[in-house]
Amino acid sequence: MPEGFSGLLTTAVFLPLAGALLIALLVKGDKRVRAVAGIIALAELVLSVVIFVNYDRDAAGFQMVDRVTDWVGAPSLKIDYFLGLDGLSAPLVLLTGILGFVAIISSFFSVKQRVREYFVWLLVLQTAVMGVFTALDFIMFFLLWELELVPMFFLISIWGSGRREYSAMKFVIFTFLGSAFMLVGILVLYFSTGTFDMTALPESIEGARLLLPAGAVFGLLFAGFAIKLPVWPLHTWLPDAHTDAPTAVSVMLAGVLLKMGGYGMIRVSATMFPGVMDDLAWLLATAGVVNILYGAVVTMRQTDLKRLVAFSSISHMGFVLLGLSAVAGAASSVGMTGASLQMFTHGTITGLMFLLVGLVYDRAHTRYIPDLGGLASRMPALAVGFLVAGLASLGLPGTSGFVAELLIFLGAFPAWSWITAISATGVVLTAGYILWMIQRTMFGPKLERWETLKDPSPWELVPVAVLVAVILLVGIYPSIVSDVFRAGVDPIAQAIQNVPEVALR
Amino acid sequence: MTGHDLYLLSPELSMAGLATILVVLDLFLGRKDLLAWVAVLGLLLPLGFAISLWVGLDRDGTGQMAGLFDTLSVDKFSLFFKFLFIGTTAAVVLTSTDYVKRLGRLQGEYYALILFSATGMMLLASTTELITIYIALELTALPVAALAAFMRDSRSSESGMKFLILSAISSAVLLYGMVWVYGYTGTTNLEEIARRIGDVGLRGDQPFGGYALLLGVVLMIAGFGFKIASVPFQMWAPDVYEGAPTPVTAFLSVASKAAGFAILLRIFYVAFPWEAMSLEWSAIFAILAVASMTLGNLVAIPQRNIKRMLAYSTIAHAGYLLVGLAAATSRASEGNLLGGPTGILFYLGGYAVTNMAAFGAVIAISNKTGSDRIEDFAGMARRAPLLAAVLTLALVSLTGVPPTVGFMVKLNIFGAAVDSGLTWLAIAGALNSVISAYYYVRVVKVMYLSPPAAEERVPSPLPMTVAVTVAMAGVAFFGVYPAPLLDFARTAAATLRIALIF
Repeated sequence: MPEGFSGLLTTAVFLPLAGALLIALLVKGDKRVRAVAGIIALAELVLSVVIFVNYDRDAAGFQMVDRVTDWVGAPSLKIDYFLGLDGLSAPLVLLTGILGFVAIISSFFSVKQRVREYFVWLLVLQTAVMGVFTALDFIMFFLLWELELVPMFFLISIWGSGRREYSAMKFVIFTFLGSAFMLVGILVLYFSTGTFDMTALPESIEGARLLLPAGAVFGLLFAGFAIKLPVWPLHTWLPDAHTDAPTAVSVMLAGVLLKMGGYGMIRVSATMFPGVMDDLAWLLATAGVVNILYGAVVTMRQTDLKRLVAFSSISHMGFVLLGLSAVAGAASSVGMTGASLQMFTHGTITGLMFLLVGLVYDRAHTRYIPDLGGLASRMPALAVGFLVAGLASLGLPGTSGFVAELLIFLGAFPAWSWITAISATGVVLTAGYILWMIQRTMFGPKLERWETLKDPSPWELVPVAVLVAVILLVGIYPSIVSDVFRAGVDPIAQAIQNVPEVALR
Repeated sequence: MTGHDLYLLSPELSMAGLATILVVLDLFLGRKDLLAWVAVLGLLLPLGFAISLWVGLDRDGTGQMAGLFDTLSVDKFSLFFKFLFIGTTAAVVLTSTDYVKRLGRLQGEYYALILFSATGMMLLASTTELITIYIALELTALPVAALAAFMRDSRSSESGMKFLILSAISSAVLLYGMVWVYGYTGTTNLEEIARRIGDVGLRGDQPFGGYALLLGVVLMIAGFGFKIASVPFQMWAPDVYEGAPTPVTAFLSVASKAAGFAILLRIFYVAFPWEAMSLEWSAIFAILAVASMTLGNLVAIPQRNIKRMLAYSTIAHAGYLLVGLAAATSRASEGNLLGGPTGILFYLGGYAVTNMAAFGAVIAISNKTGSDRIEDFAGMARRAPLLAAVLTLALVSLTGVPPTVGFMVKLNIFGAAVDSGLTWLAIAGALNSVISAYYYVRVVKVMYLSPPAAEERVPSPLPMTVAVTVAMAGVAFFGVYPAPLLDFARTAAATLRIALIF
């Protein structure tokens, strides 16, 4: 049982919340609010890098544990304060730090009304996501998982565009529906095993008689993750929420919030129910291929730039599912590493995409693709960003997208050769819609009405540059991240491999 | 009646005395606004007595002190409720000040009636005998009927009248049920009832056999169903809630409901525990729970009046509480007998702070705007930032989203259901929380997104600010660190078992 209290993770999780309280109660004036939020975001970025670098990938188990046993000690509810880091969560913490920084810096110029409230909610959101990735007590995990609802509702419905109130409500109802099932699943586990400790649960479940069949508990928990990821046909909240959210929130939503779903699938579904995961891998593979192809085909047809990026996320999250379905084969560790790397890379790539779309919209005041065109000659720097994001998204070697997809295909092929082969066509479709989109917006004939457009200011390009750097760095030297992920998922994949063959298959 | 009996009754007696003093004081006091402060400070007296009783119980280690010819039992269970009622009463008094100012002459009477009703509730939590239960219930209900009609306009009068008539009917049903139980067992003492049922068994040589008892119990459930506003006995609630002065609505929705659950728990734990008879009440409560939650939440959605909406929300919350009762009476809860009752007590505590925060903000806002319509809450985030934040937090808590006490209490009560083998009920409850999100969030949306109808700030008087700030702090604190409240509820629930084992 991991014990101790190093305080590093606690700081990382609660620093943004403290910043939010500070801004809400003490800081006056928009300029100062921005400055304080920026400082907090920078500190958070530094902190997440420190945490990532300090993570010892050779040591097994959870590190930098912060634990207060029996935060709530009643027999009917034994909750610990329990944070910890393993190879799976370390890169995601880093991702949250990077995207949180990007989101806040990019909001400096685009958010002009109700500035204070905006940064308060954005910081609260960062605490919630950071917490989800590090919490190791199930109730804490759930609490932080739900905490993200309130800021997201306000962020989308106040600062969004289009049908923002509808989208915000839809997002809340969908997520809440998923967590309703998840909560019951958590409670069933608790009353079967007597612990909320996520590190102890895999073992406890093995020996315990569950109150419900393992498949049913798995389903209850999986429902929450599936809505979050999202898995077709539970995805309908995603295009609305992504499209109508303000830029920085789309970045957070696509960049880290979706990853909560994938993270949950590995941390909870795969780790605690290796047997069920093994049995249901075909379902994951099928859902993966449906997500990939359905997402890609629908993306093709989009005329709204932001909606296009949103639908492409559905397709890309399908790859995560496909990677996870590798658990049924010999290369399960490779597949799972690929799936988690895909989460990381998709976070940076799509984050960059949304950021650039936001910059285009701020200038052109339209996201309607047929109206755009020839922007590259007016805004060369922005076009370069688009090109990097686009090429990474379609998986060009040398960018991070390639490594992740390659690992996923390598992992899934031994288990599901046909399904993997079909999924691979998704890559072609991706190339199609990405290149077509770039061609229609960035290149083509120069349009007179865009003559006045200028490249973003250096300050606005800071977040773009950060993300481009990460994408290229991970593309060229992937093991900087993938080794950490592998250290995290290896034991999980191993456990699934060791599941005794049961009559079910 | 001995001195010891007086000591046992001291919280109730001091409460009733305080009420009388207020009526008299009203005659002489020039500054009527001091009455509220006298009432709140006066509440320290019953509070002190209750604390001293608690300490006394700890010192003796007896678990309970019976008195007044065994019609009364002071144990930690009843003291938990006494604390709850004192706290709620204080909050209601503090949030009433603005309302009461409009009444002019009858201010002392208003506070006195609230205190009398609270006296009845405190007594109810301690009673262990059917006739006393009935008397305490009437003492609880009659002042509320007068309070509901206090505004003397047509809606308020209708509200008071409705409450009076339906409360009389439900009392009649309850009394009829008690008659059957008495006829079957020949006693009105709860523990004695349990013993006799154990002796006689369900068949016995009684006329109508076990059905007589069953009829009695079902009628009693129906009678209490009215008091806690559970489906299908809920129809009075929306009209009464809408017409009554809002602080009285808050009192009804929090204290009255808690009193109903206090006595339901005691009766079903002491008089009709399933060990003593082979009937499971769990199924009845589970069905009532699902019906209350679902109907309350669904009908709350189209409401345009916030008081009506909160009325339906109260019905839904009666449903969540019934989940706990279903768990408490379930056969499968044998291993963990405390889960259900602890869940209910914890829920009632969390629900009390949450609802007082919600009602406090609603009272302050509608006092200013003169309207209870949800659309008139538009732009309150700008006109009254504190009140809007309080109401938002309270609504989030009512939905059951962390980090609020509403989440913790739901977690605990659904946990009790899962532990008792009622996973389906927990799922139904969790799904109902999703439905409820829709109408709670709508109010938040109106406050934060719609443009304000006027720029004028909405002030909140000092007593109101004190009340809502304390309530809000409670919602947030217990949402993050629920241990003190949970332990308190558990200690209180544990004595209920002692009563039974004895």
